[in-house]
Amino acid sequence: MAMERRGAGIKIEGLRKVYQTASTPTIAIDQIDLAIEPGQFICIVGPSGCGKSTLLRILAGLETQTSGTIQVDSSGWAVQNAMVFQESGLFPWMNVETNVGFGLMTRGVDKAEIAERVEEALKLVGLTRFRTHYPHQLSGGMRQRGAIARAFVTNPGMLLMDEPFAALDAQNRAILQAELVRIWEATGKTVVYITHSIDEALMLGDKTVIMTAHPGRIKQIIDVPFQRPRDVIALSGSAEFAALKVDIWHVLEDEVLSARKELNL
Amino acid sequence: MSSALEKLKARSLYFISPIGLLIVWQGLLMAGFGDRRFLPAPTDIVASFIDITLTGELKDHVSATLWRVFAGFFIGTLPAICIGMMMAMFRPVRIFFDPLISMLFPIPKIALMPLLALAFGFGDASKIALVAIGVFFPVVVNTFTGAANIEKIYWDVAKNYGASSWIVFSRIVLFGSLPMIFAGLRIGIAVAFIVLIAAEFVATKLGIGFLIWNSWNLLQVDMMFAGIVTIGLLGLVFSLILDGLERLCIPWKSR
Repeated sequence: MAMERRGAGIKIEGLRKVYQTASTPTIAIDQIDLAIEPGQFICIVGPSGCGKSTLLRILAGLETQTSGTIQVDSSGWAVQNAMVFQESGLFPWMNVETNVGFGLMTRGVDKAEIAERVEEALKLVGLTRFRTHYPHQLSGGMRQRGAIARAFVTNPGMLLMDEPFAALDAQNRAILQAELVRIWEATGKTVVYITHSIDEALMLGDKTVIMTAHPGRIKQIIDVPFQRPRDVIALSGSAEFAALKVDIWHVLEDEVLSARKELNL
Repeated sequence: MSSALEKLKARSLYFISPIGLLIVWQGLLMAGFGDRRFLPAPTDIVASFIDITLTGELKDHVSATLWRVFAGFFIGTLPAICIGMMMAMFRPVRIFFDPLISMLFPIPKIALMPLLALAFGFGDASKIALVAIGVFFPVVVNTFTGAANIEKIYWDVAKNYGASSWIVFSRIVLFGSLPMIFAGLRIGIAVAFIVLIAAEFVATKLGIGFLIWNSWNLLQVDMMFAGIVTIGLLGLVFSLILDGLERLCIPWKSR
């Protein structure tokens, strides 16, 4: 089945972010050049502190870069991007329905259309029965489904995901990874996905960007060759998967080791 | 079964201390300790409470006090909630109000009564103003604390999902600070009674404060206690009303 690619293209050039602390400036990310094609699923992997979240927050407009440019070809998208946060960030005082419709309400979409689109998004993530529940009545996995629905419903040019499943248990994570792949394959959005798990990056993405720490730079970009549509569970048990994982681990290992050396461990 | 029994036990424990106090109080006086003219027994207080309830005297005093509490509470609370949230949202607003609040909060509000009487006369207006000022401070400080402690992720979500300042205010800051606002309202209602009863001692001919002070002047100690008990009962009623309102306004809070 030929997939329709529907998302924004992104071109990042020379991106740099410096945090000015009291004593010394800290370079969070430096020399980031990255071209993302419309509809591509990009995973960014790297050790903690490599600035991958900073990169995502700049893309989301939550922070501004010190220098460098981001060009987003977002023509045709009412909403440029929508972010899924590590902790779901669903508002505790809104029920699931209102939470999911939040990004439409803020943009003045009329009520009938919001109801229709929310209905569709809830169906997509399997939360229809829980529409009037409050977040505290849901499990962690269901909350994360709600957060995904809230992002998808705005029909954004790109989806930004910051380790969305990191706080879930292994079973729930596997289920949601499979669901995300299914939803993404159905919609063909551009996705930038942050993770510290190589497995996750290989299961989900078209490309894996490996970052180095202190300062955060791009070390290598690896094409993930697996066919779509993917069965992520079966894929993660295959020999090709294991081989690629070892390759990436070697690239990352240098990084982790040099980081340890810096810290005199 | 056993949990229901436990509950009943806990409930009865709840009543032991006040009822025990009343029994000891009544018993000591009936045994001849103390002078019932100066320290009336609980039964004497109940008798005069019923007496002024039947004559309608109590009703007049209570309605005068309640009107002042309601009006002052309303007038003080609304700007307090608005300013508290604005302080959390906008740095300049915080910088503007912070020294003012820090300076005025510790002043005993009853000290302002002469000033307010000068400005608003001896009628209801000056007492309502006093209540409003008394209520304003705990509510504004609590609202600000609640709004300022809303988790950062909610601000991020709001920004990323294109929320205008008005939506941030009405859909996020307001709801996020509601639990703390209610804590402020509870303190506010107590402060309202504290300052109002004191004000009614001197500057009026109507109100529970007047009832207490006048009874003291006439040495009708049982009547004085009836007034004090009335305040306690009103406090209980207001606390229950706030409980109900909180349940209604914060349905997402797990209890």
